[in-house]
Amino acid sequence: MNPLLQALWVARKDLAIEFRTKESLNAAGAFAVVILLLFSFVFDPASPEVATIGGGLLWLCFAFGGALIFNRGFARELPNECLDALLASPVSASSLLAGKAITSFVLLLIVEAVSLFVFGFFYDVRWWLHPLKLFAVCALATWGIAILGAAFGAMTVNLKLRELMLPVLIYPLLLPLLMAAIELTNNLLMNQVTSDSLLWGRVLLVFDIVYTSLAVALAETILVN
Amino acid sequence: MREKLVYILAIVGAVLLAWNLYGIFTVLPDEAAQGAIYRIIFIHVPAAITAFTGFFIALVLSAMYLKTGDLRYDSAAASVTEVSFVFACVNVATGSIWARIIWGIWWTWDPRLTSMFVCLLIYFGYLMLRKAIDEPTQRGRLSAALSIFGFVDVIIVWKSIQWWRTQHPSPVLSIRTGGGNIDPAMEHMIYRDLLAFLLIAAAIVLVRMRQEMIEREIDSLRRLAHA
Repeated sequence: MNPLLQALWVARKDLAIEFRTKESLNAAGAFAVVILLLFSFVFDPASPEVATIGGGLLWLCFAFGGALIFNRGFARELPNECLDALLASPVSASSLLAGKAITSFVLLLIVEAVSLFVFGFFYDVRWWLHPLKLFAVCALATWGIAILGAAFGAMTVNLKLRELMLPVLIYPLLLPLLMAAIELTNNLLMNQVTSDSLLWGRVLLVFDIVYTSLAVALAETILVN
Repeated sequence: MREKLVYILAIVGAVLLAWNLYGIFTVLPDEAAQGAIYRIIFIHVPAAITAFTGFFIALVLSAMYLKTGDLRYDSAAASVTEVSFVFACVNVATGSIWARIIWGIWWTWDPRLTSMFVCLLIYFGYLMLRKAIDEPTQRGRLSAALSIFGFVDVIIVWKSIQWWRTQHPSPVLSIRTGGGNIDPAMEHMIYRDLLAFLLIAAAIVLVRMRQEMIEREIDSLRRLAHA
C-alpha cells in the first residue's frame, strides 16, 4: 500500500479514537484557554498593545497545548501492547510516524481555532483581517510542531520520565519555528505585512521540509527496537 | 598506548596554550577601540569553533552508530558531545563578559546569542536523555537521533550573523570574510589557540570515552549478575 495512504489510515484510526474519547482535545483546548486567561493578569488586556504581543501569546498557548497532544499520541498505544502490534503490521515506521503527525496536526488546528475565537473575544483583537494568510501561517507552523512532536513523542514513549523529557527536548528545537510563527502572526494581527514576513515565511517552510525529512528518515531508528 | 596519547595531547595542548597566553598578554597590543578586553576573543572564538567541530563529529559518530550498531561509536559520540557542551558554555560565558564591558549588558536577545543559547539547551537535553535511559542500545539509538535533529541548530547558529541583522559582531576570520577584518597577527593567534583547544578537547574526550566504556562493562556485568 502507498506509504501516504498508510499514514492516512493511521491518522483516521487515531482521530476516530480521539473524537470518541476527546481526552487529548479537551485537555489541550482547556489548557490553552487557561493560559490565555492567565495572561490577562500579566498585562492590561484592554491595552492596544495586545495586538503587538498577540502572536507570542497565541503560539505559547499552542505549543504548550500541543505537548499534551504529543504525550498521548504514542502513549495511547502502550496498553495491550498495541504499539508492538502496529510495528509488526505491514505499516512502515515512517508511515506510522507521519500518521501520528497528521493526527496531532488536525487536533492542534482545532485547538488553535478555539483559542483564536477566545483570544478575539477576551482581548478584542481582530485576527480575521487576513484569514487566508493566518491560516497558511498556522498550517505551516502547526505541521512543524506536529512532526517534531510525533518524532519526540515516539522517542520518549518508553521512558520513565516521559512527561518531563518531552517538553525539555522539544521546545528548544521548536524555537526557530515559534519565532517565525510569532513574528508572522504579530504582523498579521497588526495589519503590517512587511518584506521581513517573506523571510520568516521561508524559515517556516525550510523548518518543515528539514524536520519532516529527518523525522521520516529516522522513523525506523526511533520506533523499532 | 591510549594513555600515552592522552598525556601527549594534554601536555602539547597545555604548553601551546601557555605559550599563546604569554603572547596574548605580553606581545599583542591593545585593540584601538576596545582596549584590553578584546583579548577575550582568543578564548571566545576558538571555544566556539571547538564546540561546533565537536558537535559535527558527534553527528558523524551518531550516524555511524545507527549504521553499524557498534556501541563504541555511541560512547565516542556521547563523550565528544559532553566536551563540546563545556566548550560551548565557555564560549557563552566569555561572550557575556565581553558584552558587559562593551555593550554594558550581560545578555541581549540577539539571533546569534539566542540560537547559541538554544544550542546549549538542545545538547543539555541530549545529556539528560542519556541519563534517563538505562538500556544501552535504546540509549544509543535515541541519543543518536537527537544528535542529528539537534545539529540543525548548530547550522543556524553558524549562519545567524549572515541571515539576520544582529548586534553580535560580524565574522572576522579571513576564511569567512576573505580578509581585512582583523590584524593578521591577531588572526594567527586565534588559530594557534584553536589548535591548543582542539588538542586539550581531544585529550579529555579520550579520557571520557575510556570512562564510558568502563561504565558499560560494569553495567553489563551487573546485568549478567542479575540474570
